[in-house]
Amino acid sequence: MGVGMTAAAAGTPEARASHEARPAHPLQRRRRPGEALIQGFLAFCGVISIFTTLGIVFVLGRESLLFFSKPEVTLAEFLLTTHWQPAVGEFGIWPLVSATVLTSLMAMLVALPLGLAVAIYLSEYASARARNLLKPIMEVLAGIPTVVYGYFALTFMTPTLRTIFGANVVEIYNTASAGLVMGILILPLVSSMSEDALSAVPRSLREAAYGLGATRLEVALKIVLPAALSGLAAAVIVAISRAIGETMIVAIAAGAGPNFTLNPFKAAETMTGHIVRISGGDLSYDSLDYDSLFAIGMLLFLMTLGLNLISQRVVRRFREVYE
Amino acid sequence: MSAETNGPLGGAEQTFDAGLPQRKRVAVAWHTLFLASTIIGVIALTALLYTVINQSFGLVAVQNRIEPASLAVDGVPLAQLTQEQYVAILQANLSPGVFRRYDSEQPFTERSRENLYALVLERVVQPRYVKTWPLIAAFFDRAAIETEVARDFPGAKLVFRSWVTPDFLRSPQASAPELAGVRTAILGSLWTILITILTALPIGVGAAIYLEEYARASWATRLIRTNITNLAGVPSIIYGMLGLAIFVRGAEALTSGAAFGLADPTTANGRTILSAGLTLALLILPLLIINAQEAIRAVPRSLRQARYGLGATQWQTIWRHVLPSALPGILTGTILAISRAIGETAPLVVIGASTFIVVDPNGPFAKFTTLPIQIYQWTSRPQPQFRNLAAAAILVLLALLLTMNTSAVLLRNRYSRRA
Repeated sequence: MGVGMTAAAAGTPEARASHEARPAHPLQRRRRPGEALIQGFLAFCGVISIFTTLGIVFVLGRESLLFFSKPEVTLAEFLLTTHWQPAVGEFGIWPLVSATVLTSLMAMLVALPLGLAVAIYLSEYASARARNLLKPIMEVLAGIPTVVYGYFALTFMTPTLRTIFGANVVEIYNTASAGLVMGILILPLVSSMSEDALSAVPRSLREAAYGLGATRLEVALKIVLPAALSGLAAAVIVAISRAIGETMIVAIAAGAGPNFTLNPFKAAETMTGHIVRISGGDLSYDSLDYDSLFAIGMLLFLMTLGLNLISQRVVRRFREVYE
Repeated sequence: MSAETNGPLGGAEQTFDAGLPQRKRVAVAWHTLFLASTIIGVIALTALLYTVINQSFGLVAVQNRIEPASLAVDGVPLAQLTQEQYVAILQANLSPGVFRRYDSEQPFTERSRENLYALVLERVVQPRYVKTWPLIAAFFDRAAIETEVARDFPGAKLVFRSWVTPDFLRSPQASAPELAGVRTAILGSLWTILITILTALPIGVGAAIYLEEYARASWATRLIRTNITNLAGVPSIIYGMLGLAIFVRGAEALTSGAAFGLADPTTANGRTILSAGLTLALLILPLLIINAQEAIRAVPRSLRQARYGLGATQWQTIWRHVLPSALPGILTGTILAISRAIGETAPLVVIGASTFIVVDPNGPFAKFTTLPIQIYQWTSRPQPQFRNLAAAAILVLLALLLTMNTSAVLLRNRYSRRA
């Protein structure tokens, strides 16, 4: 029986039986170094995700600290002024933030009402056949790479907007086009998360309302919607976080160059768009520009992380549990 | 008695009736609204596909530097000449230096007839697309386009062209839109994805196994779980910054291949396929873990218990029973995660994808470009011909993704039928 572990690992009952027929300490757990090794490796795999987070925090934090420790930059200037021109040493984050807020707002104007309506339609109204047809369409929309949406924004949405509002009003690069297309991108996310929340509401609630004479609409709006509110709120927050972090659409269609404006028909650069444009060029590692990107990245990370944490908190805190 | 039952009920009916038509109208209005929203979603998808297809095919006005007809020898058209005649044409029309350079790259005597013909077209005929029109215009405005070409580009020929051609897939990136292709981009994408799969799949499945089979309920386990959920919500561009700082700069010796003596001598920095693949691996890891966890969780507990009852160790149970049963689910989730990685652009721009590559990537330490990066660059160019190229590249990318997603769905269906 010199095979030992290998025979046991091979796992034929005979091998096992003869192997365990000579227990020295029948009640003692046998040491299995191989198993322990494997378990260690698996635990390491699990911990890599922690390392990733630590890595993000460390990298963004270190470079941001470097950035703010430079004499040209102060935190107050970063957070309070409205000019971002690294070439002349002006580092006010607001033009980038305003463009981010503007595009996200436009996206939410499209994605939230439409996404919610699609979710209600799919979960409360649609026949099984319609659902089987529509859900894959939403999944396809969700699976299209964002760079394709960027192309769509520039070659379809922008010309359309320019035709509607006039080419002298709408610039070739503008935040409205990017925001609207971003809304289409986020629509499937909102609709699928909301639909999950709506279908989690138990059938008995609906039946009871129908029994009291409610119409389908009243059931949907007055019974199901409030009952699923926590899930819907989470969907909204995740959608906002997604919009803030969205990059390629704004990089392609929103314009290059920070611009502190709230006019959606003007070009403006978002935080993500700025990071992509600057890092896409030739960038030396020791420049202020390079460090400034990480400060923007840090802000971006904190914003999205904050929103995601809030959404998880909302789900946990306000979820109605039905038996 | 009838008065008694009629009285209150009749009254109720009246108040019931009073509100009912109004409620029904509201219900119909909202129903229409919900339906309209859904239709808008469908329209959006249609508009997107329409835009891409509309730009991928259409009319081009081709202007040749030298008309092929004038190159015909003794009435034999250019396309049917012999090798010697092609070489003669090249010698007559190219400067001696250029002619010698081509000869030294590969002697003319060894070149095939097709190769020589392509060279004559590229260097002598030099077709240029002076203007392009999309598909719909090509169908409905053909007459107007023809007059425009006759007026603005005398000597140009109007040709219907599909921008997605076998040549488009086979030829490398080029500065002239007439010759540009996606070969380098496709190869770059495949190399990058290969690295991503090789790293993300074992780590992701390993982490999922650990969390589902080994981890006990403790604060550490909870931390890992929460952390994975949060990582899934981090914008992809942040992963790009992480990759730039860790893989491109921090581990430059490894990712450039210098540590193995394999560095690409022309670049020798960390902006390589390896860095890109590793960055994308970190990016899809949370998604992959979550998907794999679900697949493993779906394996019935009884299967494990039966195996333990026969005296199998935990790892034997996992390796021989849990993993095989969960495999289709894991594969489906992996394919979905990979298709996300294939479409990613932003993190790769940040870690420094090359803007212009004409040579095929030859390994993990080569500089890279990928299909989405190529689309991004073509889209950013002002010339309309590059819009057509971008649309064609999008079609290629979407076809690739569609194939992957279809196989994922088929896998899932087969799996759910068996279960």
